[in-house]
Amino acid sequence: MRKLKILIVDDSAVMRKIVERALRQAGLDIGEVLEASNGAEALVEVQKGSLDIILSDINMPVMDGLEFLKSLPAIEAAKGVPVIMITTEGSEARVVEALSAGAKGYLRKPFTPEQVKERVSPLLVGVL
Amino acid sequence: MSIAIATKRVPLDPNWKSVLDCAAVEVFEIMAGTRLTPFVPPAVEPGAEPAPERQGGLTAMVGMAGVLCGMTTIRCSSDTAIRLASKMAGDEAAKDPNIVSDAMGELCNMVAGNFKAKITCLADHCMLSVPTVISGDSYVMQAAEPSEVLLLALNFDGSPIHISLITRS
Repeated sequence: MRKLKILIVDDSAVMRKIVERALRQAGLDIGEVLEASNGAEALVEVQKGSLDIILSDINMPVMDGLEFLKSLPAIEAAKGVPVIMITTEGSEARVVEALSAGAKGYLRKPFTPEQVKERVSPLLVGVL
Repeated sequence: MSIAIATKRVPLDPNWKSVLDCAAVEVFEIMAGTRLTPFVPPAVEPGAEPAPERQGGLTAMVGMAGVLCGMTTIRCSSDTAIRLASKMAGDEAAKDPNIVSDAMGELCNMVAGNFKAKITCLADHCMLSVPTVISGDSYVMQAAEPSEVLLLALNFDGSPIHISLITRS
Protein backbone atom coordinates (compact mmCIF):
# COMPACT_ATOMS: atom_id res chain seq x y z
CA MET A 1 0.00 0.00 0.00
CA ARG A 2 1.45 3.37 -0.92
CA LYS A 3 1.82 6.17 1.56
CA LEU A 4 0.04 9.50 1.33
CA LYS A 5 1.63 12.59 -0.15
CA ILE A 6 0.26 15.69 1.53
CA LEU A 7 0.64 19.44 1.06
CA ILE A 8 0.22 21.65 4.13
CA VAL A 9 -0.16 25.38 3.48
CA ASP A 10 0.12 27.81 6.38
CA ASP A 11 2.20 30.92 7.03
CA SER A 12 2.92 29.61 10.54
CA ALA A 13 5.66 26.97 10.72
CA VAL A 14 4.28 25.94 14.12
CA MET A 15 0.83 25.34 12.65
CA ARG A 16 2.29 23.30 9.80
CA LYS A 17 3.97 21.05 12.38
CA ILE A 18 0.74 20.78 14.37
CA VAL A 19 -1.29 19.85 11.29
CA GLU A 20 1.24 17.19 10.32
CA ARG A 21 1.29 15.80 13.86
CA ALA A 22 -2.52 15.72 13.97
CA LEU A 23 -2.61 13.81 10.66
CA ARG A 24 -0.14 11.25 11.99
CA GLN A 25 -2.03 10.98 15.31
CA ALA A 26 -5.18 10.41 13.29
CA GLY A 27 -3.57 7.20 12.07
CA LEU A 28 -3.06 8.20 8.45
CA ASP A 29 -0.22 6.46 6.66
CA ILE A 30 1.73 9.51 5.62
CA GLY A 31 4.77 9.34 3.40
CA GLU A 32 5.86 12.70 2.05
CA VAL A 33 4.73 16.00 3.58
CA LEU A 34 5.27 19.12 1.48
CA GLU A 35 4.97 22.55 3.04
CA ALA A 36 4.21 26.03 1.72
CA SER A 37 3.86 29.27 3.63
CA ASN A 38 1.36 30.94 1.27
CA GLY A 39 -0.85 30.22 -1.71
CA ALA A 40 1.74 31.22 -4.29
CA GLU A 41 4.32 28.78 -2.91
CA ALA A 42 1.61 26.13 -2.73
CA LEU A 43 0.75 26.50 -6.41
CA VAL A 44 4.36 25.67 -7.28
CA GLU A 45 4.15 22.47 -5.22
CA VAL A 46 0.77 21.53 -6.72
CA GLN A 47 2.16 21.81 -10.25
CA LYS A 48 4.73 19.11 -9.42
CA GLY A 49 1.80 16.69 -9.15
CA SER A 50 0.95 13.43 -7.36
CA LEU A 51 -0.61 14.95 -4.24
CA ASP A 52 -3.27 12.99 -2.38
CA ILE A 53 -4.70 15.86 -0.34
CA ILE A 54 -4.09 19.54 0.44
CA LEU A 55 -4.76 21.24 3.77
CA SER A 56 -4.61 25.02 3.54
CA ASP A 57 -5.02 27.90 5.94
CA ILE A 58 -7.25 30.74 4.76
CA ASN A 59 -5.56 33.83 6.22
CA MET A 60 -2.08 34.09 4.74
CA PRO A 61 0.06 36.86 3.30
CA VAL A 62 1.06 37.08 -0.40
CA MET A 63 -1.77 34.81 -1.60
CA ASP A 64 -4.49 33.75 0.81
CA GLY A 65 -6.12 30.35 0.93
CA LEU A 66 -9.26 31.32 -0.96
CA GLU A 67 -7.29 32.80 -3.86
CA PHE A 68 -5.12 29.66 -3.89
CA LEU A 69 -8.23 27.48 -3.94
CA LYS A 70 -9.74 29.45 -6.82
CA SER A 71 -6.50 29.07 -8.80
CA LEU A 72 -6.48 25.28 -8.61
CA PRO A 73 -8.99 24.42 -11.39
CA ALA A 74 -6.55 25.85 -13.94
CA ILE A 75 -3.86 23.37 -12.91
CA GLU A 76 -4.08 19.93 -14.50
CA ALA A 77 -2.14 18.29 -11.65
CA ALA A 78 -4.68 19.55 -9.13
CA LYS A 79 -7.61 17.77 -10.70
CA GLY A 80 -9.20 15.36 -8.24
CA VAL A 81 -6.98 16.43 -5.34
CA PRO A 82 -9.25 17.24 -2.38
CA VAL A 83 -8.62 20.46 -0.46
CA ILE A 84 -9.52 21.07 3.16
CA MET A 85 -9.46 24.67 4.35
CA ILE A 86 -8.31 25.58 7.83
CA THR A 87 -9.67 28.68 9.49
CA THR A 88 -9.20 30.47 12.77
CA GLU A 89 -12.26 32.61 12.39
CA GLY A 90 -15.72 31.39 13.22
CA SER A 91 -17.07 33.01 10.10
CA GLU A 92 -19.72 30.96 8.32
CA ALA A 93 -19.42 33.28 5.34
CA ARG A 94 -15.79 32.37 4.73
CA VAL A 95 -16.53 28.66 5.11
CA VAL A 96 -19.39 28.92 2.61
CA GLU A 97 -17.12 30.85 0.23
CA ALA A 98 -14.45 28.14 0.51
CA LEU A 99 -16.90 25.30 -0.05
CA SER A 100 -18.42 27.13 -3.03
CA ALA A 101 -14.94 27.54 -4.50
CA GLY A 102 -14.35 23.79 -4.41
CA ALA A 103 -13.04 22.96 -0.94
CA LYS A 104 -14.13 19.50 0.19
CA GLY A 105 -14.25 20.42 3.85
CA TYR A 106 -12.91 22.69 6.53
CA LEU A 107 -11.28 22.55 9.93
CA ARG A 108 -11.58 25.27 12.53
CA LYS A 109 -8.60 25.93 14.80
CA PRO A 110 -8.17 24.67 17.44
CA PHE A 111 -8.75 21.14 16.14
CA THR A 112 -8.20 17.69 17.62
CA PRO A 113 -6.66 14.71 15.78
CA GLU A 114 -10.12 13.12 15.86
CA GLN A 115 -11.61 16.09 14.04
CA VAL A 116 -8.80 15.92 11.48
CA LYS A 117 -9.47 12.23 10.91
CA GLU A 118 -13.21 12.87 10.60
CA ARG A 119 -12.64 15.44 7.86
CA VAL A 120 -9.73 13.85 6.01
CA SER A 121 -10.40 10.09 5.98
CA PRO A 122 -13.62 10.15 3.90
CA LEU A 123 -11.76 12.08 1.20
CA LEU A 124 -9.09 9.41 0.93
CA VAL A 125 -11.36 6.44 0.26
CA GLY A 126 -9.86 4.66 -2.72
CA VAL A 127 -6.43 6.09 -2.03
CA LEU A 128 -5.69 4.30 1.23
CA MET B 1 -13.73 39.12 -0.10
CA SER B 2 -17.49 38.88 0.17
CA ILE B 3 -17.85 39.47 3.89
CA ALA B 4 -19.82 42.55 4.80
CA ILE B 5 -18.57 44.32 7.90
CA ALA B 6 -21.39 45.93 9.83
CA THR B 7 -20.56 49.38 11.14
CA LYS B 8 -22.67 49.37 14.30
CA ARG B 9 -20.43 48.45 17.18
CA VAL B 10 -21.30 45.94 19.85
CA PRO B 11 -20.39 47.14 23.36
CA LEU B 12 -18.10 45.03 25.47
CA ASP B 13 -20.14 42.74 27.70
CA PRO B 14 -18.58 41.91 31.11
CA ASN B 15 -20.04 38.40 30.75
CA TRP B 16 -17.59 37.84 27.91
CA LYS B 17 -14.85 37.35 30.48
CA SER B 18 -15.98 33.77 31.09
CA VAL B 19 -16.27 33.23 27.33
CA LEU B 20 -12.71 34.51 26.84
CA ASP B 21 -11.55 32.24 29.66
CA CYS B 22 -13.27 29.24 28.08
CA ALA B 23 -11.86 30.09 24.63
CA ALA B 24 -8.32 30.37 26.01
CA VAL B 25 -8.49 27.18 28.07
CA GLU B 26 -9.76 25.25 25.03
CA VAL B 27 -7.02 26.54 22.73
CA PHE B 28 -4.19 25.84 25.16
CA GLU B 29 -5.55 22.40 25.99
CA ILE B 30 -6.02 21.29 22.39
CA MET B 31 -3.03 22.95 20.74
CA ALA B 32 -0.46 23.01 23.54
CA GLY B 33 -1.66 20.03 25.56
CA THR B 34 -1.82 22.00 28.77
CA ARG B 35 -4.70 22.73 31.12
CA LEU B 36 -4.67 26.36 32.27
CA THR B 37 -6.16 27.22 35.65
CA PRO B 38 -6.76 30.58 37.31
CA PHE B 39 -3.46 32.15 38.37
CA VAL B 40 -3.20 32.91 42.08
CA PRO B 41 -0.23 35.16 42.92
CA PRO B 42 2.04 33.80 45.68
CA ALA B 43 1.02 34.81 49.22
CA VAL B 44 2.92 37.79 50.68
CA GLU B 45 4.02 37.96 54.33
CA PRO B 46 2.18 40.71 56.26
CA GLY B 47 4.09 43.96 55.89
CA ALA B 48 6.30 42.63 53.10
CA GLU B 49 6.35 44.13 49.64
CA PRO B 50 4.89 41.80 47.03
CA ALA B 51 7.58 40.42 44.77
CA PRO B 52 7.57 42.24 41.45
CA GLU B 53 6.08 40.09 38.78
CA ARG B 54 8.65 38.84 36.37
CA GLN B 55 8.05 40.72 33.17
CA GLY B 56 10.05 40.63 30.00
CA GLY B 57 9.06 38.04 27.52
CA LEU B 58 6.60 38.28 24.76
CA THR B 59 3.30 39.94 23.98
CA ALA B 60 1.25 38.62 21.07
CA MET B 61 -1.52 40.79 19.67
CA VAL B 62 -4.32 40.22 17.18
CA GLY B 63 -6.41 43.17 15.99
CA MET B 64 -10.19 42.96 15.72
CA ALA B 65 -12.28 45.08 13.36
CA GLY B 66 -15.96 45.26 12.59
CA VAL B 67 -18.74 45.32 15.15
CA LEU B 68 -16.03 44.86 17.78
CA CYS B 69 -12.91 47.00 17.41
CA GLY B 70 -9.86 46.37 19.50
CA MET B 71 -7.40 43.59 20.11
CA THR B 72 -6.74 40.36 21.92
CA THR B 73 -3.35 40.06 23.61
CA ILE B 74 -1.41 37.29 25.31
CA ARG B 75 1.60 38.18 27.48
CA CYS B 76 3.99 35.89 29.33
CA SER B 77 7.65 35.58 30.23
CA SER B 78 10.19 34.40 27.67
CA ASP B 79 10.67 31.16 29.59
CA THR B 80 6.95 30.48 29.53
CA ALA B 81 6.77 31.28 25.82
CA ILE B 82 9.61 28.84 25.10
CA ARG B 83 7.89 26.10 27.12
CA LEU B 84 4.64 26.69 25.24
CA ALA B 85 6.42 26.63 21.87
CA SER B 86 8.13 23.41 22.92
CA LYS B 87 4.77 21.80 23.64
CA MET B 88 3.42 22.94 20.27
CA ALA B 89 6.40 22.39 17.97
CA GLY B 90 8.87 20.26 19.91
CA ASP B 91 11.94 20.99 22.01
CA GLU B 92 14.32 21.39 19.09
CA ALA B 93 12.11 23.86 17.22
CA ALA B 94 11.54 25.92 20.36
CA LYS B 95 15.25 26.82 20.42
CA ASP B 96 14.50 29.15 17.51
CA PRO B 97 13.18 32.56 18.70
CA ASN B 98 11.19 32.89 15.48
CA ILE B 99 9.34 29.67 16.27
CA VAL B 100 8.62 30.93 19.79
CA SER B 101 7.14 34.16 18.42
CA ASP B 102 5.24 32.19 15.80
CA ALA B 103 3.74 29.94 18.51
CA MET B 104 2.69 32.92 20.62
CA GLY B 105 1.13 34.64 17.61
CA GLU B 106 -0.80 31.53 16.66
CA LEU B 107 -2.05 31.00 20.21
CA CYS B 108 -3.29 34.59 20.31
CA ASN B 109 -4.87 34.21 16.88
CA MET B 110 -6.69 31.05 17.94
CA VAL B 111 -7.86 32.51 21.26
CA ALA B 112 -9.28 35.56 19.45
CA GLY B 113 -10.90 33.38 16.79
CA ASN B 114 -12.29 30.89 19.27
CA PHE B 115 -13.63 33.71 21.44
CA LYS B 116 -15.49 35.41 18.61
CA ALA B 117 -16.78 32.09 17.28
CA LYS B 118 -18.53 31.58 20.62
CA ILE B 119 -20.38 34.91 20.40
CA THR B 120 -23.03 34.80 17.70
CA CYS B 121 -23.10 38.52 16.98
CA LEU B 122 -19.34 38.60 16.41
CA ALA B 123 -18.68 35.46 14.38
CA ASP B 124 -19.49 36.84 10.93
CA HIS B 125 -19.09 40.52 11.70
CA CYS B 126 -15.66 40.81 13.23
CA MET B 127 -12.42 40.25 11.34
CA LEU B 128 -9.05 39.37 12.79
CA SER B 129 -5.68 40.75 11.76
CA VAL B 130 -2.58 38.63 11.38
CA PRO B 131 -0.73 38.39 14.70
CA THR B 132 1.99 40.78 15.85
CA VAL B 133 4.47 39.75 18.55
CA ILE B 134 6.50 42.19 20.67
CA SER B 135 9.61 41.08 22.55
CA GLY B 136 10.48 42.81 25.83
CA ASP B 137 8.40 44.71 28.34
CA SER B 138 9.51 48.29 28.04
CA TYR B 139 6.48 49.58 26.24
CA VAL B 140 3.20 51.33 26.95
CA MET B 141 0.09 50.81 24.86
CA GLN B 142 -2.05 53.87 24.25
CA ALA B 143 -5.41 53.63 22.53
CA ALA B 144 -6.55 56.41 20.22
CA GLU B 145 -10.04 56.16 21.68
CA PRO B 146 -11.32 55.34 25.15
CA SER B 147 -11.16 51.62 25.67
CA GLU B 148 -12.49 48.90 27.91
CA VAL B 149 -10.54 45.86 28.97
CA LEU B 150 -11.24 42.31 30.11
CA LEU B 151 -8.23 40.75 31.83
CA LEU B 152 -7.46 37.13 32.63
CA ALA B 153 -4.49 35.72 34.52
CA LEU B 154 -4.08 32.01 33.93
CA ASN B 155 -1.62 29.57 35.41
CA PHE B 156 0.69 27.52 33.23
CA ASP B 157 2.90 25.25 35.36
CA GLY B 158 3.15 27.93 38.06
CA SER B 159 3.77 30.83 35.68
CA PRO B 160 1.20 33.46 34.75
CA ILE B 161 -0.16 33.96 31.27
CA HIS B 162 -2.01 37.25 30.91
CA ILE B 163 -4.78 37.42 28.35
CA SER B 164 -6.68 40.58 27.57
CA LEU B 165 -9.49 41.73 25.35
CA ILE B 166 -9.20 45.46 24.73
CA THR B 167 -12.10 47.12 22.94
CA ARG B 168 -12.76 50.66 21.84
CA SER B 169 -15.84 51.82 23.66
